[in-house]
Amino acid sequence: MSKKSPSKKAEVAVSDYDARLAPINVKLGQDEKIQLYRDMVRIRRFEERCLRSYQQGKIGGFLHLYIGQESIAVGCVSVMGDNDHIITAYRDHGHGLAVGMGMNEMMAENYGKYTGCSKGKGGSMHYFDPSRNFWGGHGIVGGQIPLGTGIAYALKYKGIKGACLAFMGDGAVNQGAVHESYNLAALWSLPVVFVIENNGYSMGTSQARSSAGPSLAERAAGYDMNWEILENGHDVLEVRDKVSQALKLAHEKSLPSVLEIRTYRYRGHSVADPDTTYRDKQEIEEYKRTKDPLMVFQNALLAEKTLTDDLVRKIDEEARAEAENSAQFAEASPYPTVEDIKKDVYWEIDNPADRKSQGALFFD
Amino acid sequence: MPVISYREALRAAMSEEIERDPNVVIMGEEVAQFNGAYKVTEGLLAKYGPKRIVDTPISEAGFIGMGVGAAMLGLRPVMELMFFSFYSVAFDQIFNNAANIRYMSGGLISCPIVLRGPANGGTNVGATHSHTPESIAAYHPGIKVVVPSNAYDAKGLMKSAIRDNDPVLFMENTILYGETCEVPEGEYLVPLGSAKVMREGKHLSIIGHGRPIQLALKAADLLKEKHQIDAEVVDLRSIRPLDEETILNSVRKTNRVLYVEEAKPFCSVGAMVACIIQEKAFDYLDAPVKRITSLDAPAIYSPPLEKIQLPTVDRIFQAALDVLK
Ligand SMILES: Cc1ncc(C[n+]2csc(CCOP(=O)(O)OP(=O)(O)O)c2C)c(N)n1
Ligand SMILES: [Mg+2]
Repeated sequence: MSKKSPSKKAEVAVSDYDARLAPINVKLGQDEKIQLYRDMVRIRRFEERCLRSYQQGKIGGFLHLYIGQESIAVGCVSVMGDNDHIITAYRDHGHGLAVGMGMNEMMAENYGKYTGCSKGKGGSMHYFDPSRNFWGGHGIVGGQIPLGTGIAYALKYKGIKGACLAFMGDGAVNQGAVHESYNLAALWSLPVVFVIENNGYSMGTSQARSSAGPSLAERAAGYDMNWEILENGHDVLEVRDKVSQALKLAHEKSLPSVLEIRTYRYRGHSVADPDTTYRDKQEIEEYKRTKDPLMVFQNALLAEKTLTDDLVRKIDEEARAEAENSAQFAEASPYPTVEDIKKDVYWEIDNPADRKSQGALFFD
Repeated sequence: MPVISYREALRAAMSEEIERDPNVVIMGEEVAQFNGAYKVTEGLLAKYGPKRIVDTPISEAGFIGMGVGAAMLGLRPVMELMFFSFYSVAFDQIFNNAANIRYMSGGLISCPIVLRGPANGGTNVGATHSHTPESIAAYHPGIKVVVPSNAYDAKGLMKSAIRDNDPVLFMENTILYGETCEVPEGEYLVPLGSAKVMREGKHLSIIGHGRPIQLALKAADLLKEKHQIDAEVVDLRSIRPLDEETILNSVRKTNRVLYVEEAKPFCSVGAMVACIIQEKAFDYLDAPVKRITSLDAPAIYSPPLEKIQLPTVDRIFQAALDVLK
């Protein structure tokens, strides 16, 4: 993993490399492979259903779709252990489903309903499930990266052999807080894996127009941190292999890493982005045709007869039905009440029997 | 007179100032090639080119601090925050550097920068994107704060802000961007620090700033229609400098005050205005000053609940009746 002179090694590694032969993938059983595929399909169908609900005016605010990037969340989460944690930005539906959140609570959150994972208070950008070691869902670009570093710090402090996967986009790498976190993580040997999901664009700005330097990951070299570029972010098996190696380094040596995973988003930045000014349709079509993560993995599994056409169809139908049901669940759920607006602001207000402080906390 | 939108008014102000002063440069995330996340800067890159209209990486602390430094050397950067909420990423640059540089240099250095962007809730973008920091900003001596409620003021205030030699935080509103009104073509200025009586009345003064002024005008219509009450509506337009005289004149006339704003109640602009009124016009008051603000919690996402959390015409209407009791 550790590369201080980038170029050559990376090329050799790419040409000889077969992710299927990586130990973490060799031991995958048929059911596990099918589950990886199913998880990616579920993300896509869920998001397509979200898009419809958004177009029907059922979902407010922003909706950032993860379509095209499914292999990353699924691959990463599939190699996490019980003591590993995860935090990401606002494009968080894939991570939520991958860690095992239900479509119902996620869709209901998008609808602003009380049955949502954050009781309708956070919305699509702000999913959380600490019971599954998922710490959000964050709307401020780069703002989650110090938090991920802090989770790693707490793990180390408590003597827990775990790590934090801290996700960000290719635009987020230019926030000062990211660089401060890199330094802290390297200086104090924190078990954090910084995962850059490089989909080529931050809103309408291409990587070339926003970031100096030969690559995003290589910035880690300045902090003497391990780093690697995953050219084939669409390959769920490659993601599993590289991320599990970084996790191992974090677990065994408490060392941080930066992984830049090349990927692509099919939809506009958010559903509100008409996506007409900064890339051409051909670029999108080309990626879909050659590197779609679902298609690539499906083809591989069909070729090795892990999947059959029937099973592919069944998985797809089940995912569609699950997504459809979640929309109906969300629709039928109640909104929060006016009283709920003031709940979950202060621990002491929510736990009045244990309140120690005195005086007014609200000022209406 | 042409009827144009708040968005177009801002754009016209920036265009005129770009043409007037070669030191004016527009900078921010997606302002150039993408034509602005909210299209305020649409067409400016095509018209004025990449030297004047500059896309930045997502580095608020860096590019706003850079703008402060450039302003120290005489540029007049007009920097867009895609959402004003992102000001907190650049807090140190704004409130330590921009606010204090003049003072700490004993007046040797000035900082003619404008930071602009939408500071509002109401579009279900959640707590992180819905901050209304006008009182936080105005708290800092050295900083000026402007909050236009309509297209006419948006243009006139923007031109004044760009020509101002101090740092001006210019808080817009995504819900107002499409709202139109009559705006003269060409040159006019609205000076910072002048409030505007939007509607004359004698029974109470509804004072406020930002989009709630539009709600207050509707509430005033209802008060007239249903109760024959003549409410005066005063739009501060500028928070710092603050037009105390117009506020106090209105209080002396009506003797009753309701302050309306979208911010949270603690240490809000309304709280400051109420303090000034009781200090300087106590004997004119027939009732306590009342305030309508957002409900005191982070911005909720849930669309129907967010509506309730923000000031509404109905809440303003009811509060006005309370003030008159
Ligand atoms: C501090 C801050 N600045 C700007 C924004 C507005 N914004 C939201 S997402 C985004 C682009 C981020 O792109 P990237 O990091 O590549 O992630 P992607 O959307 O591609 O997943 C911008 C500019 C924000 N939310 N927070
Ligand atoms: Mg990106």
